[in-house]
Amino acid sequence: MAMTITEKILADHAGKKQVEPGELISVKVDLVLGNDITAPVAIKEFEKIGVAEVFDRERVALVPDHFTPNKDIKSAEQSKILREFSKKHNLANYFEVGRAGIEHCLLPEEGLVGPGDLVIGADSHTCTYGALGAFSTGVGSTDLAAAMALGETWLKVPESIKFEYDGEMQPWVGGKDMILHTIGDIGVDGALYKAMEFTGPAVEKLSMDGRFTMCNMAVEAGGKNGIIAPDETTRVYVEGRCKRPYRFYRSDPDAKYEKIYRYDAAQIEPQVAFPHLPENSRPVSEAGNIEIDQVVIGSCTNGRMEDLREAARVLKGRKVHKNVRLIIFPGTPKIYLQALREGLIETFVEAGGVVSTPTCGPCLGGHSGILARGERCVATTNRNFVGRMGHPESEVYLSNPAVAAASAVLGRIGGPWEVD
Amino acid sequence: MEIKGKVWKFGPDIDTDAIIPARYLNTSDPEELARHCMEDADPSFPARVRPGDVIVAGKNFGCGSSREHAPIAIKAAGVSCVIAASFARIFYRNAFNIGLPIFESPEAAGGIGQGDEVAVDAAAGIITDLTTGKTYRAAPVPPFMRQIIAAGGLINYVAGKVRGNA
Repeated sequence: MAMTITEKILADHAGKKQVEPGELISVKVDLVLGNDITAPVAIKEFEKIGVAEVFDRERVALVPDHFTPNKDIKSAEQSKILREFSKKHNLANYFEVGRAGIEHCLLPEEGLVGPGDLVIGADSHTCTYGALGAFSTGVGSTDLAAAMALGETWLKVPESIKFEYDGEMQPWVGGKDMILHTIGDIGVDGALYKAMEFTGPAVEKLSMDGRFTMCNMAVEAGGKNGIIAPDETTRVYVEGRCKRPYRFYRSDPDAKYEKIYRYDAAQIEPQVAFPHLPENSRPVSEAGNIEIDQVVIGSCTNGRMEDLREAARVLKGRKVHKNVRLIIFPGTPKIYLQALREGLIETFVEAGGVVSTPTCGPCLGGHSGILARGERCVATTNRNFVGRMGHPESEVYLSNPAVAAASAVLGRIGGPWEVD
Repeated sequence: MEIKGKVWKFGPDIDTDAIIPARYLNTSDPEELARHCMEDADPSFPARVRPGDVIVAGKNFGCGSSREHAPIAIKAAGVSCVIAASFARIFYRNAFNIGLPIFESPEAAGGIGQGDEVAVDAAAGIITDLTTGKTYRAAPVPPFMRQIIAAGGLINYVAGKVRGNA
């Protein structure tokens, strides 16, 4: 029977010839992930199970990235729980500050996730790895605990929705705009419980970085996973990088979809998602005159090399508006170093921005860039919920890195073509 | 299990940042989390919620983060159950895993009003609005989820499995 890429990966990890949407299956996991917010709860639960060891010391990844470098004593205590657990179980993939980056930038970069893998992580943006042609989804801490003990988890096979993007993307349009446009179209629960499969010529033209961005935000439409069939771009990325063997899956031509959405990428302008939901997206040309106080460029959505290069292209030789604070946080130490070597960091600092260590801090209002009452921020992050970046009466506008950089220069929301 | 309590009504898309803002997640102590539960949706909630109270909300309750701190905070605040038109996927799973009863019913979510008294027959999935006298049916819980509940949550279920394998 014909299957989608999601169904094929799930079937193979369940040891079955085929699976159907709605079926409850038990699957082997290739990697499980936790961070300094979710892992402390998971470790406490793990210890109640009564197993002496994790199922595989190579396949448990712990990344303290949310409140690190630790912002206060409480977060230091949380991180210490990870550190001690990692030592006790001799975990191969614990990443200490200085070697740690934002988990969803770090794990693919380190080759810990590959095409065809099944990954669960106690972080909702674990769906990012679908960009590699893996099945990956976010779970809670208790699910992480159980998977750390058993090396397996249970899943309900999701129905798949296909999103097809034809046509040529316009300049300054990337994965972020395609996904914001899509969420704007279907809503924040438009793919609730479903697999979101992104296809079509415009997706095939996206770099790996652009694909990570798209799949990262599948959860923002309620999706269980986002996925893109691996191709030559994927092969170039994973070759020599992946630590484990990988496998390319793709959907059968006659696979069943719950729904198919078709978009003309040529019609998609750079997007801005207005407060307080990612679905409130509209073209930047229709944003109106919105003055801003802060710009944040980075996160697991847009903190990769391509993103920093795009921001630097806009900021090169320009100055951040006097009323604006620009904060840039590269996704990983390697990205930071590459940006340094390419002179991007110099560009950012010369423009009047600050460059932070890799951290999730500002994205979730944790630390390093908290908003005061009434302040407005343009961010390349993934969520603009009430209070997401600080005060409940502050506002977050989501955009791609070029729009964010241009807005930093303009002092208001605007496109990169407006800075000259 | 019979649940009875007074209703706190919320709208659609109540996200995990509204349920428990990330600024408090440098701890996982349930009591401390409960002190900030729902505060970005209704600042008066933590001080005024009473043991047994029920949250009723619109579609996509619990969207956003995977943080289990969200259902933990709700449970620790004394809320007996959440009734919503629909739940975000990870929240749904987390609630079962930690033993917070939740019920999916668009009709109940639409019909029940702020401050109403409701009774829920958890086994039968029947929600009664004692204030209006109307009854609603919740979506059935998948058999596997019932096994997890019967075992007393996922960790007990897994611990049982581990002992069985030994």
